[in-house]
Amino acid sequence: MAWFEAKAEKPKIPPAKALWAICPKCKSHFEKSVWKSNNSICPKCNYHGRLAVRERIAQTADEGTFAEVYREVSYSDHLRFHDATGDYRTKVEATIAKLGETESIVMGTCEIEGHPVMLGVMDFSFMGGSLGTGTGERIARACEQAVAERRPLVIFSASGGARMHEGILSLMQMAKTSAAIGRLKEAGLPYISVCTDPTTGGVSASFAMLGDINLTEPRALIGFAGRRVIENTIHQKLPDDFQTSEYLEKHGFIDRIVERRDMRGFIAKMLGFWGF
Amino acid sequence: MATKKTAKAPGGRPGLTAWDKVRLARDARRPHIFDFIANVCSDFEELHGDRLVGDDRALVAGFGRIGPHRVLVLGHHKGDTVEENMESNFGMANPDGYRKAMRLAKLAERFRLPVVTFVDTPGAYPGREAEERGQAEAIAKSLEFFSGLRTPVVVVITGEGGSGGALAIAVGDRVLMMENAIYSVISPEGCAGILWRDGREAPAAAEALKLTADDLLKLGAIDEIVAEPAGGAQKNRRAACANVRKAVLKALDGLVDIPADRLVEARYAKIRAYGNFYGK
Repeated sequence: MAWFEAKAEKPKIPPAKALWAICPKCKSHFEKSVWKSNNSICPKCNYHGRLAVRERIAQTADEGTFAEVYREVSYSDHLRFHDATGDYRTKVEATIAKLGETESIVMGTCEIEGHPVMLGVMDFSFMGGSLGTGTGERIARACEQAVAERRPLVIFSASGGARMHEGILSLMQMAKTSAAIGRLKEAGLPYISVCTDPTTGGVSASFAMLGDINLTEPRALIGFAGRRVIENTIHQKLPDDFQTSEYLEKHGFIDRIVERRDMRGFIAKMLGFWGF
Repeated sequence: MATKKTAKAPGGRPGLTAWDKVRLARDARRPHIFDFIANVCSDFEELHGDRLVGDDRALVAGFGRIGPHRVLVLGHHKGDTVEENMESNFGMANPDGYRKAMRLAKLAERFRLPVVTFVDTPGAYPGREAEERGQAEAIAKSLEFFSGLRTPVVVVITGEGGSGGALAIAVGDRVLMMENAIYSVISPEGCAGILWRDGREAPAAAEALKLTADDLLKLGAIDEIVAEPAGGAQKNRRAACANVRKAVLKALDGLVDIPADRLVEARYAKIRAYGNFYGK
């Protein structure tokens, strides 16, 4: 049985992640360059992957028109929050240093195919896109500026929900953003919400679901409670497409699923219909 | 681990840890919505249904009187018996509950009747139908709706103020909170599960989240603390309700004569100030 015992030397294979982009939805493998050249969209299942915040702005705003506002409004560590893995301030400062962004939403004025708007894009890589006091403050100020300048509001959301490190005051940002958006609508201005993958928790339960129209991209995760929490509550398996863009459209909470390459044009067309 | 005892809480009462308060806030013997209805209001008549899909027993609504004021009462209903607990999902409302609340608050607004809400919920119900019927949208719409409602809104956090499910009926002109109630962005267990990777660290998470009435008053998230009888509201429901009644009456007296435009402006300014550390 010597042939059985003799061990061939194991070939060294780099981990799959280093070579391949793996679609998180259908698990198909692609060369990283393929994934990238396809604008982070799965060539097989059409899942629209997450985009970096500056990339999203570049793909949405007319070239050279984006002017960022409220960059000085950042996070607040009023609770001096720390948990088993360290303190909030250290984590968030490291995030700021790494990303060069100072909050989980980037706001600015721009034009979309010539239509002036106030644009907000959330950054999922900034603390899971969580809604902190700085995020809420940026959105509220943006609404007020949009009213003053008669600009429609467009927000691309990507978030796990409220930022628990900022405690009750992060919950209050749900009220603050919703109140500010309510006033923007009262002032006769439209608000287009684009829920990108993922939009959940306190963000879906506030400004992300308040769009005069709610848009999304194919196969995004959108919901209030987490799948596991629900399964543990109702003791049932949930359908595979639960909380997807397609599921929400079917149940009446999304106006339209729009492909990434069509998003700019779609938003501009709607604004045109409404006279903006 | 991080649960430290403070020597004396404000008001000279023996200090309780945040976790002690979590347990008190969840005590099944605390006064519930129908205790408040019986002891704070008179002439209460319940009304049902959202006119869309059904009637959510987790959120009770109806008209009644508090002293000289005719009001709309809204409140989470946890239930006192196992049957009631089951029927009302332990106070976890579905979208239908929030939509019923908005429907009747809209009616109250038409006659300029104040709205008084009693908040006591672990959170909005995490269920399949809740998601399908738009739990997120219902909460979001409530926040937008109550922030612009043109009639006074008085909120009392009476037990558990559980995240978005609580906030959906907790946006108002005057936010009161009972001494041993809690109010938090996430449950201590949920927070411990994510940030400590161990639900058993809930007491440490409770401390870190700053979810007690004293903490919330300091943070500006509430306006006033309503004292409870010695040992907590569960020791004497009637006395606890009497304190709540007094505080609600005072709040209503101060709000009912304010013109609607000013009222809504002041409410927006109040909401706008939550967690604004950034100057203008």
